[in-house]
Amino acid sequence: MLGRLALAPVFLFIILTTLFVLLRVLPGDPVTAALAGRLSPAQIEERRQASGLDEPIYVQYLDYLTGVVRGDFGNAVTDPRAVTEIVLDLFPATFELTVFAMVLAVTLGVVLGAFGARHRDDPLDVGGRMFGILVYAAPVFWTGILAQLVFANRLNLLPTGNRIGARVPIGDLEITGFYLVDAVLRTNGEFFVDALTHLILPGITLGLVISGVFIRIVRVNMLQTLRADYVESARARGVGDSRVLFRHAFKNALVPVVTIMGLQFALLLGGAILTETTFSWPGLGSALVDFLNRRDYAAVQGIVTFFAVLVVIVSLLIDFVNGLVDPRVRY
Amino acid sequence: MSRKAGPSRLEHALRPWRRANRMARWLVIAGTVITLVFAVLAVFADQIAPYGQDQYRYEVAGAPVDDDGDPVLESIPRRAEPGAGFPFGTTSARFDVFSRIVHGARVAFGVVVLSTVVAMGIGVPLGLISGYRGGRVDRLLVLVMDAVYVFPPLLLAIIAAFVLKEYLDPGLPSAAVAVGAVYIPQYFRVIRNHTLSVKQEPFVEAARSLGAPPRTILGRYVFFNVVQSVPVIFTLNAADAVLTLAGLGFLGYGVPYPQAEWGLDVSRAISDVVSGFWWTAFFPGLAITLLVTGLTLVGEGLNDIVNPLLRVRGYTGKVPARKEPTAEATRESDDEDITDLAKTGVV
Amino acid sequence: MTDHVVANRAPAGGPEPVLRVRELVAEYATPRGALAAVDGVSFDLHPGESLGLVGESGCGKSTLGRALLQLMPPGGAVRGRVELGGRDLVGASLPVLREIRGKDVALVFQEPMTRLDPLMRVSDHFVEAIRAHRPGTSRREARAMGRAALAQMGIPPTRADNYPHEFSGGMRQRIMIALGIVLRPQLIIADEPTTALDVIVEAQILDILDALRRDSSVGLILITHNLGIVAETCDRVAVMYAGKIVEIGDVRQVFSAPKHPYTKGLLASTISLETTRLHSIDGTPPDLVTPPPGCRYAPRCPFVMAHCTDAVPLYAEPEPGQLAACYLYPGANADGRATPREDAEVAR
Repeated sequence: MLGRLALAPVFLFIILTTLFVLLRVLPGDPVTAALAGRLSPAQIEERRQASGLDEPIYVQYLDYLTGVVRGDFGNAVTDPRAVTEIVLDLFPATFELTVFAMVLAVTLGVVLGAFGARHRDDPLDVGGRMFGILVYAAPVFWTGILAQLVFANRLNLLPTGNRIGARVPIGDLEITGFYLVDAVLRTNGEFFVDALTHLILPGITLGLVISGVFIRIVRVNMLQTLRADYVESARARGVGDSRVLFRHAFKNALVPVVTIMGLQFALLLGGAILTETTFSWPGLGSALVDFLNRRDYAAVQGIVTFFAVLVVIVSLLIDFVNGLVDPRVRY
Repeated sequence: MSRKAGPSRLEHALRPWRRANRMARWLVIAGTVITLVFAVLAVFADQIAPYGQDQYRYEVAGAPVDDDGDPVLESIPRRAEPGAGFPFGTTSARFDVFSRIVHGARVAFGVVVLSTVVAMGIGVPLGLISGYRGGRVDRLLVLVMDAVYVFPPLLLAIIAAFVLKEYLDPGLPSAAVAVGAVYIPQYFRVIRNHTLSVKQEPFVEAARSLGAPPRTILGRYVFFNVVQSVPVIFTLNAADAVLTLAGLGFLGYGVPYPQAEWGLDVSRAISDVVSGFWWTAFFPGLAITLLVTGLTLVGEGLNDIVNPLLRVRGYTGKVPARKEPTAEATRESDDEDITDLAKTGVV
Repeated sequence: MTDHVVANRAPAGGPEPVLRVRELVAEYATPRGALAAVDGVSFDLHPGESLGLVGESGCGKSTLGRALLQLMPPGGAVRGRVELGGRDLVGASLPVLREIRGKDVALVFQEPMTRLDPLMRVSDHFVEAIRAHRPGTSRREARAMGRAALAQMGIPPTRADNYPHEFSGGMRQRIMIALGIVLRPQLIIADEPTTALDVIVEAQILDILDALRRDSSVGLILITHNLGIVAETCDRVAVMYAGKIVEIGDVRQVFSAPKHPYTKGLLASTISLETTRLHSIDGTPPDLVTPPPGCRYAPRCPFVMAHCTDAVPLYAEPEPGQLAACYLYPGANADGRATPREDAEVAR
């Protein structure tokens, strides 16, 4: 386990280096790419110097790495804010969306997966599996558009996009950036309902996609543990059915499930980018797409770097959780 | 691992299929049918699609003839509802949605095949070398590939497409390379782990002791054994590749408009949906969903049959301890073939 | 009549048997149809008695162990009668079975490495098992009982709170036995309890089991393919072939003068100091989905006769207390007292 802990920075280093190389082999430098034609050559040169782009490439590389260590993800070219500021501004939106989706996905995955494993090949199991495959197969942006069509355009129940309605004076109410949390902190019912109604469609859309994978993982692992020797032994000792199911089969199935959930975090981030774009959700994902379209390499590099840090942190967290659940894991 | 005679080998390959339960077989059959339908659309797109992918004028019966004797073409109606003539309706650019879906199938299959070639072309040789050579090269490659593997696949494809845009004209090849980049680590891992185990086999040791050069051993002995795990990874990745392509297309980093690509078509239809034209977004998305479902069913069903453990990305299950064969008739029987594939490290 | 023959060893006026098994059938569902891994097995077991159940792999002996407790995998079915202290288990409801499992009957499996939940402390296994049967027991009390049972098996009570992976295979098997005896069952069914262990540990485990049944007059069914273990540990032995008990009787009697040709073959194929060459039985056991008519050993039997395949042989009693289902001995065809059809009924 020590190996894995030590590997995390190595992983990060490899990802960051790859990213740096990829984006710097692009013709032109970030400033020129984003602003050529809109500023005079002299202005561009000035911006380049200000961003340190006239330094030798290895100096830029070292600056980049040391910056990341200090939590500095560089500066955007087409946005006056530093990337770290952008991340702080927009990450709460992405986080709120992904947490909502994750909770939904885990709930669905555990319930349908465990039930399917317990009643293998029953109609409900087959239905659960088909549901899992379909929600995985349906592209998240398409599900999102259909949901908008039905619930927003036709039924007029929910808003199509954004995080908050125009009537809520969000500038005065925001504390943490997590609107549901802020609404609770302010004990503002209207704010809470408004934030929730905005969250529901994108949250469910993203949650469904991820749930497909979870249903499969939970089901497969429960199938394994349900026929494990210790489960049979527990039955042979007269331990009650529900206890055998939850305490033995489910808990043991959880160990690999937690690990895979960690890997699915990458999938969740990818899904978040598409969901945010579909629902004009003002998060990091839609910001990334904006910067890509503006050819702002510097901002792209910064945001992707942040995602990489996030992925590595999550994989460390997963290892930690596994250590709590599984006594065989030692650090 | 040695070559077996044809019939017994086929027999061996079919055994898990016969032992699998009805459900698993049904899944594979349903998936194969769906996939084949799309494959036919892709191959015979020009014959099946009533219109070209960016055709906006068409011939109407009884239309006047111009000076050269050719009929005068009329514009295809804008945003026609699904019905006679245009089964899935038309877009605001006067394109026939059905025709675009048929042509989109060709793009989807083209990208799946080409991206697999790319991923295999890089992943397989690297995996062979890494597994066979071992040592420092192996450790470095494994680290790099693992790092790429934990990275969000869509994000990786987007960046690849973004960078490629500067070098290649956007189109099917560049989209395929972007998608393929995502799957290199998976081919690498499987091939490497399989090579590691094949390396220990007696026939490889024998070849080595007879003085065969590494090239020959790798090319002739190891490669042909290891390459057997490729179809397994392919069935797992094909569905994912279609989704990744659609995601890229939706964000505008797939093939350029007006080429027909389902994800791109959905993204261009967002404004239609807001104004109530549902069909331009609905049918391309449905096509993605169906094809991915079909491919997933094939992949999952086959894996169910061949190896019940091998199902999920990143799953690291244990091979269950063997039991006394009293349970020969129960479902436990499908465990028997696990070991081979579990060794390949796909799990 | 079967009762009379099978139970013949019960001393007149002696204690009632702990376990009375009659015409037990255990089937698995297969794509080709039902497979009867156990097909018409009858025997009695008395308090303090140990019965060895032997046979080659796949003869149904492990299935029999599970079928006694109705622990069949999905798709499995059990028919016949299993009477434990007068109560029939075959038709019993799940709550009744759950009460009996672990409290009245302990099942010890082979492969101790995978039999304990890796995520649970050993002590928690005891707490769980004890509270499943005596819900009123406090945690403290249950843990104390567990430590006592562990100590009895030679596991230091200080290690009760360790996790399973921290124990060796032999220790884990002793933990499994401790878990089995903590509620003082009347019957222990041990399915290959020592197969995965080395010889020294094997001897320890067998001593423990032997002591248990002598001291607390627990009935013991020892399922194994190792005839040596049976010779050392058991009072009686039942030889199984293709789902049926082909011979049953006193261990010394059966092993010194086997009557059924299969028993002879089985004994001849074991290695002992006197063995000069390895002996094996030609052929393979029959397919149990479509078993052959008559005696199932007939296709492999060196003494096979024309009428062996006509009807299933009944138990003959060539020596007092030693039963063999073979036409070589008078009584197997019921001496013409019964029609062949009734024969089949009784012997099945």
